[in-house]
Amino acid sequence: MSFSYFIQQLLNGLSLGGAYALIAIGYTMVYGILRMINFAHGDEFMMAGYFMIYSIAVLPWFIAIPVVILATVVLGVLIERVAYRPLRSAPRMSVMISAIGVSYLLENLANYLFTAMPQSYPQIPILKHVYTFGDISVSRVTILAPILTIILTILLVMLVDKTKLGMAMRACSKDQETARIMGIKVDHIITMTFVIGCALAAVGSILYFTDRNTVQPYSGSLPGLKCFVAAVIGGIGNIPGAVIGGFIVGICQIAITAAGYSVFSDAFTFVLLFIILLVRPSGLFGEKAVEKV
Amino acid sequence: MSANRKKYIRWILDAALIAAILIYLDILQADTTAHSYAITIIERSCIYAVAAVSMNLIIGFTGQFSLGTAGFMCIGAYVTGILTIPVKMRDQIYYLYGMAGWLHDIRLPMLAALAISALICGVIAYVIGWPVLRLKSDYLAIATLGFSEIIRAIFGWDGLGKITNASYGVSNIPPFANIFECVAICGVSILIMSLLIRSSYGRAFKAVRDDDVAAEAMGINLFHTKQLSFVVSSAFAGVAGGLLAVFMRSAVTSTFTVALTYNILLMVVLGGIGSVSGSIIGAFLVTGSQEWLRFLDKEYFFSDLFPGLAGTAFGAARVPLLRNGFRMVIFSILLMVVVLFWNHGITGSRELSWERIAGIPAAVREKKKRKAEAAERRAREEAAAAALEKEVRGQ
Amino acid sequence: MSGQKEARETVLRLEDLTMQFGGVVAVNNLSMEVKKGEIVALIGPNGAGKTTAFNCITGVYQPTNGRIEFQGQTLMEGCPAGRVAKSYAGENAGKYTKNTHHSPDEICRAGIARTFQNIRLFPGQSAFDNVLVAKHMRAKQNPFTATFGLNHKEEKRMREETWELLRDQNLDGFADYPAGSLPYGMQRRLEIARALATDPTLLCLDEPAAGMNPQETLELSDFICKIRDQYHLTVLLIEHHMNLVMGISDRIYCIDFGRLIAEGTADQVANDPKVISAYLGMQEVV
Repeated sequence: MSFSYFIQQLLNGLSLGGAYALIAIGYTMVYGILRMINFAHGDEFMMAGYFMIYSIAVLPWFIAIPVVILATVVLGVLIERVAYRPLRSAPRMSVMISAIGVSYLLENLANYLFTAMPQSYPQIPILKHVYTFGDISVSRVTILAPILTIILTILLVMLVDKTKLGMAMRACSKDQETARIMGIKVDHIITMTFVIGCALAAVGSILYFTDRNTVQPYSGSLPGLKCFVAAVIGGIGNIPGAVIGGFIVGICQIAITAAGYSVFSDAFTFVLLFIILLVRPSGLFGEKAVEKV
Repeated sequence: MSANRKKYIRWILDAALIAAILIYLDILQADTTAHSYAITIIERSCIYAVAAVSMNLIIGFTGQFSLGTAGFMCIGAYVTGILTIPVKMRDQIYYLYGMAGWLHDIRLPMLAALAISALICGVIAYVIGWPVLRLKSDYLAIATLGFSEIIRAIFGWDGLGKITNASYGVSNIPPFANIFECVAICGVSILIMSLLIRSSYGRAFKAVRDDDVAAEAMGINLFHTKQLSFVVSSAFAGVAGGLLAVFMRSAVTSTFTVALTYNILLMVVLGGIGSVSGSIIGAFLVTGSQEWLRFLDKEYFFSDLFPGLAGTAFGAARVPLLRNGFRMVIFSILLMVVVLFWNHGITGSRELSWERIAGIPAAVREKKKRKAEAAERRAREEAAAAALEKEVRGQ
Repeated sequence: MSGQKEARETVLRLEDLTMQFGGVVAVNNLSMEVKKGEIVALIGPNGAGKTTAFNCITGVYQPTNGRIEFQGQTLMEGCPAGRVAKSYAGENAGKYTKNTHHSPDEICRAGIARTFQNIRLFPGQSAFDNVLVAKHMRAKQNPFTATFGLNHKEEKRMREETWELLRDQNLDGFADYPAGSLPYGMQRRLEIARALATDPTLLCLDEPAAGMNPQETLELSDFICKIRDQYHLTVLLIEHHMNLVMGISDRIYCIDFGRLIAEGTADQVANDPKVISAYLGMQEVV
C-alpha cells in the first residue's frame, strides 16, 4: 500500500466520517431528550437527498441548499408532531414501534414517489472541484466535510452550553417533569431539538450524497443505523462524542473496504457496537447512569 | 351453564374448527394447479405466523425489544437449504466455489434439517444473549438489528462460499410434499410456543415484562428467564426461516433484510402485542392483504374499472395514486394508524377464545352503553357546574 | 443462653453495614439482629436510610462496607475498594476484605421475601397469577417438562397452594380480577400473599401501612401477627407509622442520618430522648 493511497483513503474516511457525524448528532440529541432511537432519522436524511435532486432542478444551488435544509426540518418536525408527540406518555416500546413505522413509511413513500431506481445526485460544481496533489486527487467536498462538521459541532456545543435554549435542552434531558415545572416549554424544546438534528442531517446528506452520486429509497436506513451506533460509541447524549463516533465509524468503514472486505463494511460497524457495549456500555464519553429502585 | 358443559362446547368448537381447516386444505390439495394461488398465500401466511409468534414471544411476552428475527431466519433458511438440496444438484449450484467436501454428501430430510436449524439458531442465541440481553430496551433493539446485518454479511461473504455459495445463495431446495406438511409443521411450532407461554415459565416471562424489579424480588432470575425466551424465540425464527426457504425453494441474503423484521413487527403489532392468536391473525391478514391489494400497485385507467366509460375522456384518464409502490405506502400508513390510535391491535394482549368471540356482541353493547352513560354523566356534570356558576354569579 | 444457641436463633444479622452513594453516607455502621419468630421494626424519620438498608438486605444494592448474614451464612459482604476506598467516609474500613454479592432473586431463593413501599404488583395480570408466579422459583421443573405438561403434579400443587394463600387472605373471591383494579388495601394484602408464596423464612415489609387509615392499620397489625404465627415467620418491618410499630414489634431499631440511635422494646425506644428529638427535631425547637 503506497503512502498516497493511504492518504487518499484517510481523506475519504474523514469525509464519510464527517457526514456520519452530522447525522449522529441528530440521534444523540433526540435520544438525550426523548430517550428513544429516532429510527426515522436515517430516512429523513434520505429524503433530504431527494429534496436536493428536485430542488436543484429548478433553483440555483445556493438557494437550493437552504431550501433543502428547510424542507428536511419541516419533515422532521412534522414527524415529531404526528408520530411521537401523541405517544409522550406511552410505554417506550410503543414509541420505538412508532419510530420504526415512520421509517417504514418514509422508505415506502420514497419508493412510491421517486421509484426504486437509484437517481443520480446533482453535482454541485463548487463542491465537486477536484484538487490534485501528485497521485492524490480529492474533490473539494472531501476536504470540506470534516472541516464543516467540526465548525458546526463547535457552534452547536456553544449553543448547548452557553445559550438559554441550550440550558433548557440540558434541563429537559435531565428531567422533563421538573423542567416543565420550572416553566420550560418542553414540547417547544423537543421541537427545537428536531429542528437542529434535521438541519444537520440535511447538511450531512449533501456531503454524503455528493460523494456517492446516487440516491435510492433505502439508502438512508443502513447509514442511519450506523450513525446511531456512532452516537452510542461516543456515549449517547454527548455531542462531541457523537462526532468522534461518526469519524470512527466512517474511517473504519473506508479502511475495511480498502482492505478488500467490502461485504463486511456495514457489519463491522455493528461488531464495533458489540465491542463497545461489552467494554464500555456508556460509550467512550458517556456518563454512567445510576438507576433508582 | 355448568363449567363442564362449557368445556365440552369448547372442545366441540375446537374440533369443528380443526376439521373445517383440514377439509379446506384437502380441497385445495385435491387440485393443486387450480388452487395454487390460495395454497401460496396460506403457506406463506403460516410461515410468517411462526415468525410473528416467535417475535411476539420475546417482544410481547417477555418485553425485550429484540429485532433479530430476520437474522435468525437467515440462518435457518441457509442451514435448511444447504442440508436439503439433492446431492446431485450441488455441483451445479456451487459451480463457482465448489461445495466443501465434508458437507457435500450430507443430505437430510426436511424435518431433520429444520430441527438442526432450530438447534443452531438456539445455540447462537444462547451465545449472543450473554452480552445482548443485559442491555436496556433500545440498545437491545439496535444490537439485535446489528446482529441481523452481521449474519447477512457473513452469509454473503465469498470466504464462506464453499458452504453458503456467498451472494448467489442456495437454490433448488425441494418443495413441501403437500400443503398439510407445511401447515402441520407451522401448527406444531406455534403450539409448542403457546404451551411454553402457558406454562410456569410463561408466567415468569410476563412477570419480567411487567415489572422486572418485582419479578427479581420473587426469585425469578431475570437473565435466565430472558435467555430462555430469547433462545426459544430465535430457534423458532430459525424454523420459520427454514420453512420460508423451502417455500421459496431458495435462500438468498437479500430476503432477510431489516425490512423483513419490520414486516413481521407489523404483523405482531397489528395482531396485538402479547397475544399468540393475534399474531397468527396478523400474519394472515398482512400476507393475505398484501396479495389482495396488489391492484394498488398496478396502473389503471378508469375505463378498465368501468367498461362503460371506454372511449370517453374520463375513461382514458388514469386512476390517481395507483402506481407501483402504493400498496406498501398503504401498509405503512396502516401500521402508523394502529400504533397511534389503536395500539391494542386486533386482539389486545388477551388470547382469542370462543367465549370472547361469543361475547363480542355483548361487549359491543356494553361499550355503547358505557359510552352513553359517560356522555350522560358529563352532561349532568356540566349542567350542575352551570347551575353552580349561575348561583355564584347570582350571589 | 449459651452462645451456640443464640447463633442458631439469629435469622438475620447486619454487621457494620455502610452504604455510600458518591459522597453521601446513606447508612452508616448499622448493626442489628433479628431472631427467629420475632417481629422487628426498623424506624426512623424520612431520609434516615431505612429503605437503603432494606435494599442492601434484599440484594438491590451491594453494601459499601460491612456484612449481612442470613441463617449463619454470609449473604452480602462489602469492602471499599478501588476508587471508593479513597472517598470512603464510613467507619470500620479494612475490617472486611471480601466483596460478596447475591442478586435479589438469589436472596429470595435463600428465604427472604419482600414487599415494596410503592406496591409493585403485576397490574395487568389476575390476582391469582400474581401469586402463582411467585411459586415458579421453587417448582421442580424445567422448560421442557413445563411446556409439555410433564410437571402436571407440580403445577397442580402450585395452583392449590396459591388458592390456599388467597383463601387465607380472603382474596379468593377476587382471584380473577386484574391486580391493578383491586382496592389499595387489598393490593397490599395481595403483595404480602405473593411474598408468602415464595415460602420465606424472613418476611421484609417496606412501609406496609403507607397510605392506610387508622382502621386499616389496626387490621394490618393483626394480620401481620397472624401470618407470623401461621407461617412460622420472622418479620422485619420498616415503618414510620408509630402506632403500628409500637403495637406489634418485639424489638425496635431506630436510625437517623444512617446511624443507629436507639434499640430496644417499644417502650424503651418511645421514651428515648434521642428518638424523640430525631422525630420532632426537639433540639432545634426548644
